[in-house]
Amino acid sequence: MNEHVKITIDDREVKARPGQKLLWAALENDIFIPHLCAIEAEKRPNASCRLCFVEIEGVPNPVTSCTKTVEDGMVVKTRSSRVDRLVKTAFELLLSDHDLKCRECPANRNCALQTIAKERGLKLRQKRFTPVARNYETDDSPEEFAFNRSRCVLCGQCVWADRRENKIGVIGFAKRGINRVVTTFQDLPLAESICKECTVCVDVCPVGALYYKEPEE
Amino acid sequence: MSGSNPLELYNKMLKEARAEIESKENRARVLVGTATCGVSAGALKIKEDFNREIKEKSLDVDVIEVGCMGHCYAEPLAVIAKPGYPPVCYGYLDDGLVHRLVEDFLDGDDPSYEYALAALERNDVFPTFEDFPRGVYEKKLILEKCGYIDARDIKGYIARDGYSAMAKALTGEPHQVLEEVKAANLRGRGGAGFPAGIKWEACMNGGAEEKYVICNADEGDPGAFMDRSILESDPHLVIEGMILCAYAIGAQKGYLYIRAEYPRAVGHVQEAIDQARAKGLLGNSILGSEFDFDLEIFQGSGAFVCGEATALVNSMEGKMGMPESRPPRLASQGFRGKPTILNNVKTFAYVPFIINRGADWFKGIGTEESPGTAVFSLVGKVTNTGLVEVPMGTTLRQLIYDVGDGLPNDKEFKAVQIGGPSGGCLPESALDVPIDFDSLHDAGAIMGSGGLVVMDEDDCMAAVARYFLEFTQHESCGKCTFCRLGTKHMLDILNDITRGEGDAETLGLLKELAEDVRDGSLCNLGKTAPNPVLTTLEYFYEEYKAHLEEGRCPALVCRDLILYYIEPPKCSKLCNVCVGSCPTEAIFTRDDGLKEIDQEKCVKCDNCLKACPPEYNAIVKLSPPVLPPEKEKKAK
Repeated sequence: MNEHVKITIDDREVKARPGQKLLWAALENDIFIPHLCAIEAEKRPNASCRLCFVEIEGVPNPVTSCTKTVEDGMVVKTRSSRVDRLVKTAFELLLSDHDLKCRECPANRNCALQTIAKERGLKLRQKRFTPVARNYETDDSPEEFAFNRSRCVLCGQCVWADRRENKIGVIGFAKRGINRVVTTFQDLPLAESICKECTVCVDVCPVGALYYKEPEE
Repeated sequence: MSGSNPLELYNKMLKEARAEIESKENRARVLVGTATCGVSAGALKIKEDFNREIKEKSLDVDVIEVGCMGHCYAEPLAVIAKPGYPPVCYGYLDDGLVHRLVEDFLDGDDPSYEYALAALERNDVFPTFEDFPRGVYEKKLILEKCGYIDARDIKGYIARDGYSAMAKALTGEPHQVLEEVKAANLRGRGGAGFPAGIKWEACMNGGAEEKYVICNADEGDPGAFMDRSILESDPHLVIEGMILCAYAIGAQKGYLYIRAEYPRAVGHVQEAIDQARAKGLLGNSILGSEFDFDLEIFQGSGAFVCGEATALVNSMEGKMGMPESRPPRLASQGFRGKPTILNNVKTFAYVPFIINRGADWFKGIGTEESPGTAVFSLVGKVTNTGLVEVPMGTTLRQLIYDVGDGLPNDKEFKAVQIGGPSGGCLPESALDVPIDFDSLHDAGAIMGSGGLVVMDEDDCMAAVARYFLEFTQHESCGKCTFCRLGTKHMLDILNDITRGEGDAETLGLLKELAEDVRDGSLCNLGKTAPNPVLTTLEYFYEEYKAHLEEGRCPALVCRDLILYYIEPPKCSKLCNVCVGSCPTEAIFTRDDGLKEIDQEKCVKCDNCLKACPPEYNAIVKLSPPVLPPEKEKKAK
């Protein structure tokens, strides 16, 4: 087997490892593709955020780059009218269910959503969809950090870090459909759960839903 | 081991079964249709009635529970088979009719043809089902035995050559089964129509020693009941199909994924598995051969998305029933990570026929690209609702007007919804589309698993789209962005439309979003959820526009856009029915004796319209909800 495969992304020839997913090959070569839920170490891609669409020559429809394994000679476009349209809609859908008080958010200027908006020229304040009404309460029971569910985009990074990386299993996905949430067993406040406050989950949250509390005066 | 061994064993079994069934058939029998549909129409009581009447008259008659005969419109149903007479099917049974049939036919010699639906065998006296238009178009294969054998007695199935395909296959090589199924171009009946043979071959070549066969009986479409009926009425057919598949691909274990809301199907299948195992048709060294295969039922908990392959496997493994990205496909990495075949109930049910009668015979039915038959549950505004099986290529018009005998109450046809929440609504102009996987797909609908809902002029297409979206939005697992949030916003927009709220851009936005959800979702639930919206937008755009531009619901369905009005010239001053029918006391008697509706109090429940005697027919629905001018003058 070859040590690497050659693929072309946006007219640039890049090297990728065999078996690697396209998304990671692009990111390693500093080619931006929007993504929230992708985790390279995970065997089966989550493929739930639906932001990493690309066009591949010979494939009729845009595909998610996190699920596509690189093939030698693959020709990829990260932008096209169809890709842009899907990414825009997915992004706006996520924002319709995201607390947009950025100035109050600790992730402000360091937020994956802001990065995507900037890179793709998208607006954070989308106009097409009426924001989903939520009345989540912030769980600030842990000593060092807090969880504001209304900022959560359900990417699953925290669940993965908690469960697979740190083998704790404090948080997981619960409920279905529009009510899907990240929560503890029995929906307890984090401090009352088995959480040891190791904060691996806080470190991976891309949107400031899990965040460190300001040190108290 | 000798190759003829399975056949010898089988032939012995067949002989015994036939002898026993024939001795039963020499006596008078009453077959009561007691599939779930029959039971809910009162079939168990009818069975009791027969038993009581027969006992009172001390007659020597067996009353047997059978499955679904497909004539839902006439439930409860029974067939009376009395030696010397053709077997006759009676519908619309009640205790009075049972009394009469027992007295006149079972005790006497008058078959009471005036109450019969049809005979089951050709005779000189009374027409058979084949003599009606429905019979001309219908071709029963996998429904052939449904409703005519006792599903809970394996001998009934064996006596009709059941398990002969398996016995035949076991005397040959596994690849012969695979080749026959491949040559038959049997396409998956779960909806997508993927060729079963190709899937099986991929699974066979999957490498692993351990393989699984799973039957997808997680039928979840509103208004669809084909799989349930087959499992309740002829479970061994599906089991035999699964054994053949397992033999072809080399699997040792299989599961039937049946939703827990189908307790009757679960019960019948479990009994069937137990009986087959007891007869050596399942388990270790089947029919004396070296082939081992066993089956187990897994009860699904009723999540619609669990009909999706990867979600189904996840739920069987004890995880949340949520879909995964594909590939890998199940055929290479499925249940417990092993190569797995997942097919629909009906797909497996065709396999014994294909093995017995050959691929060429199968390809002689239906169309070139979609051979075989299609099974539909025909429901909605159609005269003869029921379970029907027609050759692929039959047009929608034939299915609705000939098989289903058209629409009741002289109403005008408006649309037909095919494929459930994943399907589309096709208009009058699409009625000549032949029913096959590709033609329906091109028309914007899908074959789906076979639900077919007929709609008439009284159905509002915006409300229909809203209904289906409400279903899919509720059933969305919430994993991916497009389905979780896209269906929610689509439903919100549709709710607005049915209230007349929205502007020129609303319909454009709805279409845009629907297309993106279709193109962007992770699994087929999300990818197909927009179909009812996209097809109604395409074929019934004017109706949507009327809601938004005129605040009018042309079908007079959307509550916010209608009002109820009593037409003074038609109202009889002498009748008080509407007043009594109104739950909110909105109807009052005016000084001149006429009735009037207080619009403030009216909750639009439709009671008064139904209650007003037909000779007056004084109550009408108006849309947009504006009172006629003469009425308004008075109100001032």
